[in-house]
Amino acid sequence: MNKIGIIIRREYLRRVSKKSFLLVTFLMPFMVAALVFVPLWLSSIRSDEVKTVAVMDTTGKYVSLFEDTGNFRFINSDKSLNDYRNSDNKEIFAFLNITGDLLQNPKAATLYSEKQIPGELSRLVNQTLERVLEEEKLTSFNIPNLREIINESKVDFSVQTIKWGADGSENTSSAMVASVLGMIFTLVVYMFIVAYGSMVMQGVMEEKTNRIVELMISSVRPFDLMMGKIIGIAFVGLTQLFLWGIMTSALVAGGTFLLGGGATDTSNVQQGMSMAQGGMLMQPGVNMAAMQEVNEWLGIIHSINFVEIGIFFILYFIGGYLLYAAIFAAIGSAINQQEDSNQFIAPVMVFMVFALYAGIYSIDNPDGPLAFWCSMIPFTSPVVMMVRLPYDVPVWELLVSVALLFATALAITWLSAKIYRVGILMYGKKPSIKEMIKWVKY
Amino acid sequence: MYFLEAEDVVKQFSGHLALNKVSIQVPPGKIFGLLGPNGAGKTTLLRIINRITAPDSGSIRFNGLESKPEDVFRIGYMPEERGLYKKMKVGEQAIYLARLKGLSYPEAKKRLTKWFDKFEITSWWNRKLEELSKGMQQKIQFIITVIHEPELLIFDEPFSGFDPVNADRVKQEILELKYLGHTIIFSTHNMASVEEICDGIALIDRSKVVLSGEVNEIRNRFKSNILNVSLRWEGGIFSIDSNYYTVLSAKAQAGEIKMRIRKNPGAGNSEIITELSGAHEIMSFAEELPSMNDIFINTVSGTNSTQI
Repeated sequence: MNKIGIIIRREYLRRVSKKSFLLVTFLMPFMVAALVFVPLWLSSIRSDEVKTVAVMDTTGKYVSLFEDTGNFRFINSDKSLNDYRNSDNKEIFAFLNITGDLLQNPKAATLYSEKQIPGELSRLVNQTLERVLEEEKLTSFNIPNLREIINESKVDFSVQTIKWGADGSENTSSAMVASVLGMIFTLVVYMFIVAYGSMVMQGVMEEKTNRIVELMISSVRPFDLMMGKIIGIAFVGLTQLFLWGIMTSALVAGGTFLLGGGATDTSNVQQGMSMAQGGMLMQPGVNMAAMQEVNEWLGIIHSINFVEIGIFFILYFIGGYLLYAAIFAAIGSAINQQEDSNQFIAPVMVFMVFALYAGIYSIDNPDGPLAFWCSMIPFTSPVVMMVRLPYDVPVWELLVSVALLFATALAITWLSAKIYRVGILMYGKKPSIKEMIKWVKY
Repeated sequence: MYFLEAEDVVKQFSGHLALNKVSIQVPPGKIFGLLGPNGAGKTTLLRIINRITAPDSGSIRFNGLESKPEDVFRIGYMPEERGLYKKMKVGEQAIYLARLKGLSYPEAKKRLTKWFDKFEITSWWNRKLEELSKGMQQKIQFIITVIHEPELLIFDEPFSGFDPVNADRVKQEILELKYLGHTIIFSTHNMASVEEICDGIALIDRSKVVLSGEVNEIRNRFKSNILNVSLRWEGGIFSIDSNYYTVLSAKAQAGEIKMRIRKNPGAGNSEIITELSGAHEIMSFAEELPSMNDIFINTVSGTNSTQI
């Protein structure tokens, strides 16, 4: 094994076998899953306690309309509001006071309680009364069959978006799916570059502050040492990403299944798929509308070229990481203390944050000038192009952008190696950026 | 044939000249001291020999052949700025560094086991470096420097940061390595150790070699014709006048007289001995050689004054 291989192996194994790495890698998917599912789960919990609502209806028209639900029980009461107010009452949670015909005076109904009134209760009351009042109002017009006419005229509309393929084919596309995918890719690339770039910097600084670096470069070239570190850490990141991918999808699938809500959907999709593949034989009793919806989704998913996206995702991922990791390595080599790092990291982070914002704003207009130029400039392209990827970027743009990215990454690596070579042997005062530029010429 | 030769090595850093046509010759199997005040360029020269930095001009030759990248495997280097990975286990770390020096994994493991046994530190194998004391870390450092059994060992300021006990241990180890046939170069400020263990030296001051040669030859070259003589004396008259020498100081104590005398020009040791032994019994007679410390200070301040 040559030296750079030995270095890559050490950098990789040392980090992967760390407890903190294992902890983060295995807990993060649970945390993400928890973030998604815990609120869902909490909202699905019903409290056991059934709250009593007293309805004081002076008109007597409405009280019978309230039906008991799992959380609320409605009772008819002939006492007045003041009776309750003065008595020491613990059983009744809320009081609905209706003092007149609501069609004439919508303010005639009021909900009182000693506690905060939950949104669910007011919603329930509103819905119940609304339905009745609507019905009453319709009847007051005295038009025959009005209800049927209204039902007939109800339309559920959602525009279909179709993208013309180069070969004249039509693909159903969904801006929503594309933007969600784009956002996920962008965040992954951004987080990866920031987290692992600074890990490279920490590693370089560790060697410098532990004073081991001179011993190292008496047996390996500084360039090998730097590249070994950068590549080794890249593998750490890829390992983590790979594990997260597997675990997150397993957890999401498991969580969806456990919650039960998605279980029928999944079986629908499976059924739909087997149907689509199995010669379109319609089974009796299958809901046609559901089938159509499933096919639409399948169409959208098929319209996204996952192979192409996957390849470019990895290319940008590697290119962007190389570019920034080389910069971080040069910074790490130049400074002596953690505290000094901020001055040099700040400008790099400005680029990164700018890229992230450019990416976020590009979602609304993925073919606009901001998106175009930022996906060409190598310092922003790994992040911004991720937003555009699901929207079928022209191939020439992708190729030019990738070529630019890798050319720049190589140039930056070359420059960084020069700074690194000098920087790692410099102890003492913090260098200025001017001095670092001078080191390039050594 | 010299084992290592540096010829007219020039290294210019932006702003100052670190080495100005520096030449040294190190014979095989000898200990060579590289002396000089701080900032003279010693570390730069050692880095050039280790191929860490490249000279602007001049050449480094091993056994007469121009230095090439593989030569780093023939060198064990202990830099002045030394340290190891604090968070890494001692054994794992030693194997890693040995492999970077070109050893295979089984070979590295075998040799390290041997060394750890010799130093009786086998129980540290799975400990993290940061758990060890500084002296213990230095032992590991030493093992790593010599693990690939290089022909040439280079120690940059090996005694700095050591307490006297550990400094002495390093000295003994360096002598043992010489005995095993290694060629050794070390840079130091510790002049006492130079007299004790160096065979040859080069004194670098202000980027130039200002003095070089064998230690004994240099001390003879710098001798100032001063003798330390001790004579038996049971009291009575003692004449100290002579044509051959001038007495610088004399002290009588417990039956003997100790004198520090300077030979007059043209006088030889045997003439002085003949004259003295005619009158008194000579208990000791020694020519006073200047210490390396004096030579160092004289040479360095001398060149300073000529430049001013």
